[in-house]
Amino acid sequence: MSERKLRIGFIPLADATALIVAVDKGFTTAEGLDIELVREVSWSNVRDKLNIGLFDAAHLLAPVAIASSLGLGHVKVPIVAAFGLGLNGNAITVSPPLYAAIKAQAEGDIADPMVTARALSRVVANRKAKGEDPLTFGMTFPFSTHNYQLRFWMAAGGVDPDQDIRLVVLPPPYMVESLANKHVDAFCVGAPWNSVAVDLGIGHILHFVSEILQRAAEKVLAVRARWADENPDAFRRLILAHGKAADFVEDVKNRDEVASILAAPERIGVAPEVIRRTLDGRLKVSPDGTFRSSERYLLVGRAQAARPDPVQAAWLYAQMVRWGQVLMSAESLAEAKAVFRPDLYDSILGPSAPMPASEPADGVGAFTGPAFDPDDIGAHLDGWKIRRR
Amino acid sequence: MDLTLKIVIVDESPVRSAIIEEGLREAGFSDVVRVAETANLLARIYAIDPDVILIDLENPSRDVLEQMFQVSRVVKRPVAMFVDQSDTASIQASVDAGVSAYIVGGLVKDRVKHILDLCISRFNAFSRLQTELDLAKTALEDRKVIDRAKGILMKMKKLSEDDAYSLMRSTAMREKKKIVEIAQSILTASEMLK
Repeated sequence: MSERKLRIGFIPLADATALIVAVDKGFTTAEGLDIELVREVSWSNVRDKLNIGLFDAAHLLAPVAIASSLGLGHVKVPIVAAFGLGLNGNAITVSPPLYAAIKAQAEGDIADPMVTARALSRVVANRKAKGEDPLTFGMTFPFSTHNYQLRFWMAAGGVDPDQDIRLVVLPPPYMVESLANKHVDAFCVGAPWNSVAVDLGIGHILHFVSEILQRAAEKVLAVRARWADENPDAFRRLILAHGKAADFVEDVKNRDEVASILAAPERIGVAPEVIRRTLDGRLKVSPDGTFRSSERYLLVGRAQAARPDPVQAAWLYAQMVRWGQVLMSAESLAEAKAVFRPDLYDSILGPSAPMPASEPADGVGAFTGPAFDPDDIGAHLDGWKIRRR
Repeated sequence: MDLTLKIVIVDESPVRSAIIEEGLREAGFSDVVRVAETANLLARIYAIDPDVILIDLENPSRDVLEQMFQVSRVVKRPVAMFVDQSDTASIQASVDAGVSAYIVGGLVKDRVKHILDLCISRFNAFSRLQTELDLAKTALEDRKVIDRAKGILMKMKKLSEDDAYSLMRSTAMREKKKIVEIAQSILTASEMLK
């Protein structure tokens, strides 16, 4: 079997775990693939280099895979996602003053996203009444889960993310600095940046995004549809290696090894202990040392997390429609769903273990609103008062 | 060619952005603004109100520029050069060189191609300079290591300068290593034996 050389781009984030472990633990070599991992600085770069063929595959934001396939905001390049690199994994972090303000307005348990969303709405109204500047929230990309998760959460409490606050794109490595020097009051970002802010004493983790949506497709292993067609064998071996890597990551006794692989300077480059917290879903949420745990913080391979679910693609598409990034159409909804390929996943990796009872029936499990129906996006949108038209 | 276009260069490397600016000015573009700071980038770009934005691909703030596609209250919307797929060669060349261009307000691509081509060649010239500089630095450091190892051999084995060098060279050839590697192991060994 000849070695096949592939170049794969990634952003240094904990949800690149399956990819990094697949390569650095030798699962890809065992499949006869010679992979060069290329660390990138921006999602625009990852997208462009994948689109023009400088990368064979990439660690990509799930909504960017859909946006590229639909030609939104950029060139239209059909993407195939046959392996999910993780569900959830983001958190919302707020500055100490904003945390105090939300806490003062909270009527109920501050761990409840509806309580905090309503409290935020009152904080926003008070600021407006006093003529103060609107709050600024940082997120990572226009087509990002972070953008949609922040919007979904605050809109549920009555905050219009386009009118009442400022929502700005910030590269993840700049998030913490921007919170420290008060360019933003809060942000939604992946690991390890929330923990870094808490450890520095400049932020409180207000929510894990898994408290807002129980299942949210975060990153995917993306390839161009054409590449998948032209390289079926390399594609199959790449997915096989990822399946093994995801199983390896989910075996708790391997966690220390996984954390040290990810901690390498040319990979994520933060202390293994910080990565371990993410994998274990046990995060320090306050500078005073309070911890919060969740089984759902970041799902890499368990509970069918790696199996792409078209329901997730439909939910992301619905958010693009809700916030005016695309006009609703049945064709583009179908195109969006077709980016996520459970059929390919099943044919390469075989049948998955049954979905555990812990998982939401509609495949999303939002903290508010009716169950999500991927075949009736209109009803999902009509359910929300705050939306763009 | 429209020499009145307002061009913004977003680059954290002051040397490189100066090289690009100089190139653009030589070509007759007089309205060139350099931005090195990435804090509040969007606000600064709105204030400058450029026709073309050039940004280093190694700058994470590219994602900030992408937001400008989305903001509905801004009248002028920038479009990345990559959006036009017809010219794959020039896209490849710009990615290879490490530069990306955004065009604001529906400018026709042909009017900007000259600017991008110029930037690509300036970016490439800069990385050649950088490589040459790095090579010169390495050569200088290698030279120092070899000289120190030579000194140690001369002292410990009572060799002449030429003989000390020949000994290192023949050892390097026998072990299929570089002279500087042999010299480095001599330095390491002599540190340990001190």
